[in-house]
Amino acid sequence: MATKIKVKVNGKTYSHEVEPRTLLVQYLRDVLGLTGTHVGCDTSNCGACTILVDGKAVKSCTMLAVQAHGSEVKTIEGMADNGALHPLQEGFREEHGLQCGFCTPGMIMASADLLSRNSNPSEQEIREALEGNFCRCTGYHNIVKSVQHAAKKINQKEKVAS
Amino acid sequence: MIPNNFQYHRAASVDDALTLMAKHGMDAKLLAGGHSLLPAMKLRLNQPDVLIDIGHLKELRYIKKEGNELVIGAGATHDDIAHSQMARETFSMLSEAADLIGDVQVRNKGTLGGSLAHADPAADWPAVMIAAHANIEVKGPQGTRTVAADDFFTGFFSTALADNEIITAIRIPEPPKGTNSSYQKFMQPASRFAIVGCAASITMNGRLCSKVSVAFTGLSDAAFRASNIEAALFEKMPTEENITAAVQKAGEGVMAMSDHFASEEYRLHLARVFAKRALMAAAK
Ligand SMILES: Cc1cc2nc3c(=O)[nH]c(=O)nc-3n(C[C@H](O)[C@H](O)[C@H](O)COP(=O)(O)OP(=O)(O)OC[C@H]3O[C@@H](n4cnc5c(N)ncnc54)[C@H](O)[C@@H]3O)c2cc1C
Ligand code: FES
Ligand code: FES
Repeated sequence: MATKIKVKVNGKTYSHEVEPRTLLVQYLRDVLGLTGTHVGCDTSNCGACTILVDGKAVKSCTMLAVQAHGSEVKTIEGMADNGALHPLQEGFREEHGLQCGFCTPGMIMASADLLSRNSNPSEQEIREALEGNFCRCTGYHNIVKSVQHAAKKINQKEKVAS
Repeated sequence: MIPNNFQYHRAASVDDALTLMAKHGMDAKLLAGGHSLLPAMKLRLNQPDVLIDIGHLKELRYIKKEGNELVIGAGATHDDIAHSQMARETFSMLSEAADLIGDVQVRNKGTLGGSLAHADPAADWPAVMIAAHANIEVKGPQGTRTVAADDFFTGFFSTALADNEIITAIRIPEPPKGTNSSYQKFMQPASRFAIVGCAASITMNGRLCSKVSVAFTGLSDAAFRASNIEAALFEKMPTEENITAAVQKAGEGVMAMSDHFASEEYRLHLARVFAKRALMAAAK
């Protein structure tokens, strides 16, 4: 019954035989050991399991590992660049965008999808983009500030580069 | 929650999917975005033995103009439609509805074809497709046929689709000049599914409505056209007074649903409120 899959995760290509019913989040956590992606609700509601599949935010509890065959996946573990925090990670640290941290990986990956489409989002746009992500600690306020921090930083970098 | 075991086949094309469906018959189910099917399988509400994945088929994922029709591939995601300028220019209710589905992650995976085939009584697309006079193109072993959206939704999670057919495209006739549309819904706060949703489109000829299209979702077991509201506004001015009078007919003769989110009475009230909002927005 096992099906062979080949997936690129955080830049590295993996080949495994998996049961077709294996959820992508299970594959990431249990097979690849990438436990940064969390399972909150397991019912597609909380967004804690959000990752990027081919650049788009997806809830990995509502996708099968076999569906990711041939795709590029990015998880929270793939965000830092050689030990240097991604601007979103830095933003969440600087602006107190997390308390218990359970929702944070999903928040960061959903925000990464937003910033890839809109590098200068308004507060309203940030709140709308994070509608699928629940946080039970922060009250969202500092999460919005964290994303704004990241957007500013990314835009500054781009200015310097050009 | 892990679904029951099943065999997985990734279809190489629509025709390959049809061959696989013919081979596995009733044991098989198509998998598109998986955002209705997988949650149901995790809860064991659905336990297919075989999944035929059409989620990667490029031939199903497009939005284009063909003659005087907007043609949306069944595999276009809600997000594709939300960001399509072509869709917005054809009917703004297409972009409005797409934007209101679930959340970003759901819109990134869920497809138009999957939503129509699933025919959830609270889904947004069925009402929009009826209001847009869309035709749904389906392919089966005997070839391709087209079903009007008006005839497609036959009841609670049921459609005119046969077990061995695939939705391939949704064809939306270009509306006449002077048409404006809107989709408005009262959403379930957690899932954002429609408790009641109304899609409305108005074509003006001078100061009068020469064509009115209104459809509801969430109100009863399947999305439907509100011909009574359409008739009440036909060749009238779309003033607030006329619209308010017309929407009083919302849900007349319909068995309104009642559940722990909203009673029958409350759903009928919402139908009047949201039909008015949609018509007022379309009248602008
Ligand atoms: C958290 C959450 C919130 C949501 N909120 C909303 C909302 O607000 N409004 C709303 O309308 N929907 C909502 N949905 C449902 C979502 O829009 C689904 O994506 C959609 O209903 C099904 O599309 P899919 O591509 O995921 O289909 P799948 O789940 O892959 O398939 C659904 C069904 O359709 C069949 N099928 C799929 N494609 C085809 C085809 N081309 N031809 C024939 N049969 C086919 C499958 O066999 C299956 O039976 C929500 C879902 C979730 C998980
Ligand atoms: S664990 Fe996937 S959405 Fe909650
Ligand atoms: S920081 Fe605890 S859930 Fe968000």
